[in-house]
Amino acid sequence: MKIGTPKEVEKGEARVAMTPDSARQLQKLGYECAIETGAGAQAGFADADYEAAGVEVLGSADALWSAVDIIAKVRIPTSAELDKLTADKTLITFFNPGGNTEGLEQAKAKGANVIAMEMVPRISRAQKMDALSSMANIAGYRAVIEAGNNFGRFFTGQITAAGKVPPAKVLVVGAGVAGLAAIGTSTSLGAITYAFDVRPEVAEQVESMGAEFVYLDFEEEQQDGAATGGYASVSSPEFREAQLAKFRELAPEIDIVITTALIPNREAPKLWLEDMVKAMKPGSVIVDLAAEKGGNVEGTVMDEKVVTDNGVTIIGYTDFPSRMAAQSSTLYATNIRHMMADLTPEKDGQINHNMEDDVIRGATVTYQGEITFPPPPPKVAAIAAQKKEKPKELTAEEKRAQEIAAFKAQTKSQVTLLAVGAAVMLIIGAFAPASFMQHFIVFALACFVGFQVIWNVSHSLHTPLMAVTNAISGIIILGALLQVGSGSWLVMLLSAISILIATINIVGGFMVTRRMLAMFQKS
Amino acid sequence: MSIGIVSAAYIAAAILFILSLGGLSGQESAKRAVWYGIVGMAAAVFATFFGPGMGAYVVVVLVMIVGAGIGQFLAKKVEMTEMPQLVAALHSFVGLAAVFIGYNAELEMNRVADLIAAAPASLTGTGLESWLHEQGVDGFAAKVAHKTNVELNILKVEVFLGVFIGAVTFTGSVIAFGKLAGKVTSAAKKLPGGHFLNAGAAILSLILLVIYMTTGAGWTLIVMSLLAFFIGYHLIMGIGGADMPVVVSMLNSYSGWAASAIGFSLGNDLLIVVGALVGSSGAILSYIMCKAMNRSFISVILGGFGGAAGPQMEVEGEQVAIDVDGVANALDEADSVIIVPGYGMAVAQAQQNVAELTRKLRAKGKEVRFAIHPVAGRLPGHMNVLLAEAKVPYDIVLEMDEINEDFPETDVVIVIGSNDIVNPAAQDDPNSPIAGMPVLEVWKAKQVFVSKRGQGTGYSGIENPLFYKENTRMYYGDAKDSIGALLPKID
Repeated sequence: MKIGTPKEVEKGEARVAMTPDSARQLQKLGYECAIETGAGAQAGFADADYEAAGVEVLGSADALWSAVDIIAKVRIPTSAELDKLTADKTLITFFNPGGNTEGLEQAKAKGANVIAMEMVPRISRAQKMDALSSMANIAGYRAVIEAGNNFGRFFTGQITAAGKVPPAKVLVVGAGVAGLAAIGTSTSLGAITYAFDVRPEVAEQVESMGAEFVYLDFEEEQQDGAATGGYASVSSPEFREAQLAKFRELAPEIDIVITTALIPNREAPKLWLEDMVKAMKPGSVIVDLAAEKGGNVEGTVMDEKVVTDNGVTIIGYTDFPSRMAAQSSTLYATNIRHMMADLTPEKDGQINHNMEDDVIRGATVTYQGEITFPPPPPKVAAIAAQKKEKPKELTAEEKRAQEIAAFKAQTKSQVTLLAVGAAVMLIIGAFAPASFMQHFIVFALACFVGFQVIWNVSHSLHTPLMAVTNAISGIIILGALLQVGSGSWLVMLLSAISILIATINIVGGFMVTRRMLAMFQKS
Repeated sequence: MSIGIVSAAYIAAAILFILSLGGLSGQESAKRAVWYGIVGMAAAVFATFFGPGMGAYVVVVLVMIVGAGIGQFLAKKVEMTEMPQLVAALHSFVGLAAVFIGYNAELEMNRVADLIAAAPASLTGTGLESWLHEQGVDGFAAKVAHKTNVELNILKVEVFLGVFIGAVTFTGSVIAFGKLAGKVTSAAKKLPGGHFLNAGAAILSLILLVIYMTTGAGWTLIVMSLLAFFIGYHLIMGIGGADMPVVVSMLNSYSGWAASAIGFSLGNDLLIVVGALVGSSGAILSYIMCKAMNRSFISVILGGFGGAAGPQMEVEGEQVAIDVDGVANALDEADSVIIVPGYGMAVAQAQQNVAELTRKLRAKGKEVRFAIHPVAGRLPGHMNVLLAEAKVPYDIVLEMDEINEDFPETDVVIVIGSNDIVNPAAQDDPNSPIAGMPVLEVWKAKQVFVSKRGQGTGYSGIENPLFYKENTRMYYGDAKDSIGALLPKID
């Protein structure tokens, strides 16, 4: 089968879904590759590079769409593009199925199979094809670079001959993939970085990147990200109030704010309100990565950079990945290539569209003339759920009650044992003669002492314990000694043998115990 | 020496023995405790030797010298890896001695009974006593002569019991010795009929006891001994290699009860006391071992693992091998290392190399510790003794409970020749035959190396999912050679 990539039609889009490198890998899977002329030009890949990698360069978009069986592209396809699909074609692209009903209907009508890259489930196995994450990573990096570009000072603090420069303070709101990338970039540039997220479980990740997690003074149980596949969800009004109060408190000290808060299939929440923008120092920069969904910041204009009256720059670009087209094309093409590898388990250049596979099923939005969006929940949870049950703090009374109960239970079992023991003793005593009872008492006491003593023996000394009990069980020699003086020769013979082997036991047992114990040394 | 002084010596000996066992609670006090035991034993033997009722001094001294010589030879010669065999062999001696002493008691009883029957009818009380004394009735026999009919019946039961336990201990220990020394197959083998044979033999012995009590026929004692010999043999043959810690502790316990039973028949309190001490010690050890395997004592005795409760979990993934350089690199980078030794280390005699590795790693400032599962090896505490022999300091050798929580913070775990005791299926798979057995949670460490001869399963025949985990690497080869090969790489 043939896989091809057209030039992106969206204005300003510099990315391309196939690079010469990814084409080589796709050919290893058994596919032929094709590309529209000039498709990679803005990302720094010339037609000649593609040709060198064995990719057929086609003159027009129409020629490409008709020549190939699988189309890989970046941006959500336009209606004109979808029109070129036929029932035997597979389209792999960002599709925004949640907000693109017309597109879905059109693809369904055409009978083509469409795989939406943003629908790849967030499970470990699918990370290699998670294009949202690779794009978010770039966006997070680029956001810091854009901010730096518009920020008049150093990120890092310096003490120079010309005076002391304080370090910049950066606040990253939303510690998703983009947020974490921004945190990493910001801390490595030397800024003091704070980060906030509604999911408390990411605090650890934030701190591991070198930033400080901003905790709220808020009692309510916070959202567990595991329930929503690792994404944030809408928070309660009280929580929101606490969050805004915290931001209001931080705003005057912060030089750079990067907001990345998105909730799937919703408008971006407004988190940085007008009064916070006003409270910031002149020259501060805000980068709003949620601009495409309306923005987290009041005052963001999509795709534009605005400067407020008090000199705060608000950047609302939505094309950060496209601004780093070489890098983002490489990563996206690799994601596509991994998706193709999963679709081609036999490596025979034939697509095996396995709808039983969690990843493929999840990403497929139309299949053989049916809309298959939204997908059923994946069988594997995205991230481990947090353990909810904390050991309950016991009050003093409860503890006391427990102790008393345990004590009572212990007393009960001990008393029962003693009672049974006493009863057995009485029964034996009733029938056995006094001479036997004397010995029996000794026996019972010795067992008792034995149990008390042996429990304290250290585990590491169990072998010496066995050796020493071996030695002292040689005490049986006393029995033989008492009998050896008998007049009967047979008794004497048996006694002599018993004395012999008991002596071996005694001497051997004690000596080997000593030998072993001498070996135990402290460091 | 008067009977009073002998009794005093016995009391002193009993107390010394108790102190001796109690002293084993710590490594340092244990060194002193052995001396308590030795002094106690010397006092007891000395007092008996010079006490009333003794005879045949020359024979006794000669025999004791020979016995001491053999004992000394054995103790000096034995390798620490052979300790389980030695312990088992010594148990069999106690068992055999108990059988002989029991026979003797029966013979003496008959002799005294014959004499009393033959005594002139005119003699009663002290007169009869002095007459018997003239006939050579001394020591134990004199005591027998004093006994009333009820007491004689009880004596018979005691003798019977002593011989029975002694005989089971004897053959059981001989088989255990054979299994541990590799002279008898360590697989669980049973004759057709299984435990019904044992039960049958036991019931038959009970019937023989009744016959013995009523007729006093000596042959019943002999036949019963043969049955008991069979029970001992068959019982231990039916128990497999890895259950040996329980078996050896159990035989330890039996040897104690045998001594105690003999003490009853001879009316000797010191024997009763010591027998009870040893018996309870063995019983507690068996209990601890069973608990460590999450198996009931009965199921160990009945032999073999019970059938699985359902299909066992599929093991996914593959075993990934690693070479010596890989292990050396990982050890080089690690800060904390835990070594988990098992029976395989003893078999390969790898303890010296392991100890050398420990010294080298410690010299580089790494934290090295040992994690010992209670049933690692073939004897309770076997691994501790082997490591001590190789001069590993005992304060870095820790028990399961002490170290199990530290695995998640550990960089490298080296598993040497253990299998079931590190099997995560015990926790994860409710259908596994070893489900619920406490295990060392090595898989929680960052990296696990398993030194193992080949890909086989452990004693229980259960697949070990540990070997398939992502953080596990298999370091195949004889433990002694593979650890030895590591040594020059670590500097």
